[in-house]
Amino acid sequence: MLYEDGEYSTTRRTLTASAVLLRRLHLDGPLLAALAAVAAFGLFVLYSATGENFAQWLRQVEYLVLALVTLVALAQVPPAWLRRVSPLLYALGIVLLVVVAVHGTVGKGAQRWLTVGPVRFQPSEIMKLAVPMMCAWYLHERPLPPTLRDVLVLLAIVAVPAALIAKQPDLGTALLVASAGILVLFLAGMSVVVILAGVAALGAAVPVAWHFMHDYQRQRVLTFLDPAQDPLGAGYHSIQSQIAIGSGGVFGKGWMNGSQAQLEFLPERSTDFIFAVIGEELGLLGQLFLLGLYLTVIGRALYLASETQDTYGRLVCGSFALTFFVYAFVNSGMVSGILPVVGVPLPLVSYGGTAMVTLLASFGVLMSLNRHRKLVGA
Amino acid sequence: MRRSVRIKDHWSEQRLFIGRILFAAIAATLLLLVVGGRLFLLQVLKHDYYVDLSQGNRVRLEPLPPDRGLMYDRHGTVIAENTPAYTLELTPEQVADVPDTLRRLAAIGLLEQEQVPALERLIRSGRKFEAVPLRLSLSDSDIATFAVRQFEFPGVEIQTRLARWYPYGDAGVHALGYVAAISEDDLKHIDRDQYAGSAVIGKIGLEGTYEPELHGNAGFRQVLVNAQGRRVDRLGGGTVKLETRQPRAGNDLFLGLDMRIQKVAEEALAGRRGAVVAIEPDSGNIVALVSVPTFDPNKFTRGISGREYAALRDDLDRPLFDRALRGAYPPGSTIKPLMALAGLQYGAIDPNATRFCRGYFTLPGSSRPYHDWKKEGHGMVDMRKAIQTSCDVYFYALADVLGIDRIHDALTKLGMGKLTGIDVGGELPGLVPSSEWKQLKYKQAWFPGETVSVGIGQGYLLVTPLQLAHAAAILAGHGKNFRPRLVTAVRDAATGAVRKLPPVEEPRIELKDEHSWDIVVEGMERVTEAGGTASAIAQGASYKIAAKTGTAQVFSLGQNEKYVAKNVAERLRDHALFIAFAPADAPKLAVAVLVENGGHGGSAAGPVARRIFDAFLLGKFDAAPAAVLKVE
Repeated sequence: MLYEDGEYSTTRRTLTASAVLLRRLHLDGPLLAALAAVAAFGLFVLYSATGENFAQWLRQVEYLVLALVTLVALAQVPPAWLRRVSPLLYALGIVLLVVVAVHGTVGKGAQRWLTVGPVRFQPSEIMKLAVPMMCAWYLHERPLPPTLRDVLVLLAIVAVPAALIAKQPDLGTALLVASAGILVLFLAGMSVVVILAGVAALGAAVPVAWHFMHDYQRQRVLTFLDPAQDPLGAGYHSIQSQIAIGSGGVFGKGWMNGSQAQLEFLPERSTDFIFAVIGEELGLLGQLFLLGLYLTVIGRALYLASETQDTYGRLVCGSFALTFFVYAFVNSGMVSGILPVVGVPLPLVSYGGTAMVTLLASFGVLMSLNRHRKLVGA
Repeated sequence: MRRSVRIKDHWSEQRLFIGRILFAAIAATLLLLVVGGRLFLLQVLKHDYYVDLSQGNRVRLEPLPPDRGLMYDRHGTVIAENTPAYTLELTPEQVADVPDTLRRLAAIGLLEQEQVPALERLIRSGRKFEAVPLRLSLSDSDIATFAVRQFEFPGVEIQTRLARWYPYGDAGVHALGYVAAISEDDLKHIDRDQYAGSAVIGKIGLEGTYEPELHGNAGFRQVLVNAQGRRVDRLGGGTVKLETRQPRAGNDLFLGLDMRIQKVAEEALAGRRGAVVAIEPDSGNIVALVSVPTFDPNKFTRGISGREYAALRDDLDRPLFDRALRGAYPPGSTIKPLMALAGLQYGAIDPNATRFCRGYFTLPGSSRPYHDWKKEGHGMVDMRKAIQTSCDVYFYALADVLGIDRIHDALTKLGMGKLTGIDVGGELPGLVPSSEWKQLKYKQAWFPGETVSVGIGQGYLLVTPLQLAHAAAILAGHGKNFRPRLVTAVRDAATGAVRKLPPVEEPRIELKDEHSWDIVVEGMERVTEAGGTASAIAQGASYKIAAKTGTAQVFSLGQNEKYVAKNVAERLRDHALFIAFAPADAPKLAVAVLVENGGHGGSAAGPVARRIFDAFLLGKFDAAPAAVLKVE
């Protein structure tokens, strides 16, 4: 209806040309647009959150370009190759995690970096992709829902890397890796009874775990429950980020006008706590806008997952879509004080190249799996 | 077996998958709504609460200390001013380990080791965010030492402040007092908000007494700080409205003190221990207030070291002790004019009646002799001659007739035994004994023999040099009684208006017969004439001096022992005293001089008074005018 006025409308021609290009490149337009919107919003906020550090902002732009290139590249890989390479990727990841445990570079008190020539990277990031791909590979040929034996095997596949990562220690990444694997199990139709039993077992484990915890670990838990207990120590992040958000109000204090952020009361303002900067400077509206963009990304990704034809593709796509949700939920929950403080970045907004590349890589895989379908009936 | 039965059913698997996807989509939406609800709680419902918290986070009050009021002498010469000085200051909340920081500052020689514990206590009792001065005045080399190591001392900074400076150094220090670092004790009774940015407070003298005038009112400036408490100039791209309230400088004091006369008096007493008080009888204005030895108050304002302070405190000559206001001495014969007034007031004696002085006095019914200072006696003396020659026997007898309680009443009326009410703190009342006092203090009756001693200014009687000068001023004014005072005017710092303080006139001292003043003053005039005990000091004077000498025993001799100065240790020698006013017929200045262990009043203390009179009345200065010290 919109294009009724003529066959030769330039708008229509451009749109058609774009659609052709996207299809050739095995890319999904709506998802790519939503991701681009999040990234653009992120760059906008980051400029203020870095304290107008243009050099840092430019580096983030470079990361974004690199991540987009990765996305497009991965989208070109045929799904069958991806499936076949899954166990190899997983095995490589395990080896690298062991290497990093022995030889890695210590950064911010945790040993998670591996330097190969000029490249420094975190093997744990590979696992964010490799674990769900490995789980899906394992389930691909098997009838679903998985049997209890399958579930146990898969839990082992998830637990080994998660434990290695948690030991670095990098609780945030371990959590993301584990959830990516478990989401595959969930999507594969693991019995609700088993899920409930697992949750119950975890609940029962809490007092036991408490018993075995070190004092400082207990302190962390207590601080999460009541940040005011330790306002200058572990509770500081939580309190300051809530002050930042709360003082922002509905409309915020204005871009680059957040006193909490600009005067550095807010720690990690450009990385893990950037959501608080949005709250302070752009207000409730800014935060809801971002959450809306996230929901769009997740919704579109889930839709694409449901469209995917083979088991492997469906499981991987669904897991990636929901992992993206986990990022968004855990970070926004932690910054707003309803979840404990764990190092999970705000997807595509927090400063940092690693998470950016990994996230867009996962969407590259997702598009490849979805867009290389055999056009049955089309 | 079972596995072989199960085959992949793509249709049902897809249905299962889509069910799970839907479930996940709904769960994700709900969970993000929970986050949204949380945000609503923080940003809408508790918005005001968090706005307050964030405001408190970034805006801090920085105190602006007021400039301390200045002091001027009667000629408008600045005698207490403010000059810039570099101070070393520590802000407790920016220092992780205060004891360690202080220790390391001591290790590089910026603090003395023995200061560290006191500083630690001071820092603990102050406010966390207020800078505490560690050193009040840094030398260039101290600044250089610190500058290269500043990075090792986060939270410690060099600041420029105005520091007190006394250009005349040790001159008049007991009158002016000094300021020094605010101590833990001071913190307990000051309004901390008014002293938030101040490093020093007036301790003694006028600096202490007039602290409320001199200090002024602190101002404040709201400053933007970052999370480290460091000042920042701007907030991101935005601006914030910050309030500033300028401090109000302290008021300036104008003194009746004449710094040149003060210097003359101090130089005249140089090398001795003693005091001089010079008062204008027609206003009570103090022209000179001297206590020697003295000390340099600039040391206190710039942060005195423990060693230097201990040296001052433990000096046998007690330079810190204000002899003029707090030294209680037997007045010796300087009390005689007052005793004579008492005798006339009570009608106890006929001033013209003569009495034979044979060199000693005995109480009726007693054989114990009370010796005159002149062994052979003064022969026939009336009241005027008794004052002129300082005849002890005449006043022994007069005191005996008056009795201690009438003496007590008369001397108290003339200002002895009580505070003069001078406008600077710290004076002591001395002591005028009475039978009631002795009963209370010693649970003993008063003995008539004790009255005899009081008659010549010995015994229990103790007076301060200030009281003597005040009494001399009353004699000069024939009963006119002005309260002694140092400050004559105050200049309001804000308006520049000078508020003159009218002299405080106390009720005139009324005598039954006004002629009594003339009799006593005549006697005092004759003291400086031929045959008087101080005839030497008036030689060549173009004006007439009325005076009375005094020599007070420090060391009690046995009844028949003779006092021989060279046999007595220096510190046990007699105190020399002298009261005088001049010109005798129209007095402009009354003076009391005390020289501790100076020997005879006429020869040791009298010449000091003469030099003061020459300087004040004739503008005659023997020495070059006092040099003004340059700020170090």
